[in-house]
Amino acid sequence: MGITQLLFWILAIASLFSALMVVTSKNPVYSVIWLIITFFTISGHYVLLNAQFLAIVNIIVYAGAIMVLFLFVIMLMNLSKETEPQKNKWLRLIGALAGGCLMLVLVAALKDTAGKDAELGTGSIGLIQNLGSVLFHDYVVPFEISSILFLSAMVGAVVIGKKEERTGPREGNRQLVEDAKESMGV
Amino acid sequence: MDIRYYLFLSLALFVIGIMGVLTRRNAIIVFMCIELMLNAVNLLLVAFSKMHHLAAGAGASTVGSEGQLFVFFIMVVAAAEVSVGLAIIVMLYRNTHSVDVNFLNRLKH
Repeated sequence: MGITQLLFWILAIASLFSALMVVTSKNPVYSVIWLIITFFTISGHYVLLNAQFLAIVNIIVYAGAIMVLFLFVIMLMNLSKETEPQKNKWLRLIGALAGGCLMLVLVAALKDTAGKDAELGTGSIGLIQNLGSVLFHDYVVPFEISSILFLSAMVGAVVIGKKEERTGPREGNRQLVEDAKESMGV
Repeated sequence: MDIRYYLFLSLALFVIGIMGVLTRRNAIIVFMCIELMLNAVNLLLVAFSKMHHLAAGAGASTVGSEGQLFVFFIMVVAAAEVSVGLAIIVMLYRNTHSVDVNFLNRLKH
């Protein structure tokens, strides 16, 4: 067993364990930290597959930006206490059973696939030179459309996350009118 | 490395994500499990792209890079999705003072 195979198994076990810990941790902050560890192990898989660009982007975007966003939300809402209401025990059992059934069906469907090899450590399609040339030759339009998607997501996040001030002043005015009426004895 | 190992690894990660979505009640953890499922699919896409590249032979230098570009676009969409989803969760918390998904049944009544 070569060193890359050994690294694959270590990373696979680490990613499965940390993914399980994401699901089973009671404290949401611990879940976030285990999810960051999962993303790092998946980045390790990308490095093993010689997809360095995706490994770096995975660390920067997922572990760096998205998970910090999650941590900020958890800490701003002060959710880090461990008293999460649990689902009904039977409901949880049935959920796990449903996931296990899906796993069983997919394993049964995929176990006879032809064992082609994925190349580890060689090949240059994951390097930024090749990916950049393909991205800006063949996928320029989706790239630009994704910028519009980001813009709309930004506007949407601001609109949704803002305090409701569009209806606020109207309600406040009505309250003011009611107060004025009351004070005048009408 | 045999592609089947990658298949079963990402399948297991995906199923762990599904189990988390089905068994947890905290909306943020449900959301994180969705991220986990996205990452399982990303890993499988990269593995398939490398498999395709190896099968195409040495002459075709950019064969298979579409899979990795797909992963790139999935990451883009996931970042946008997370920002909007977390805004929705913040709004939910502001209205109900809880992030329990079981309170989100108002459309039922």
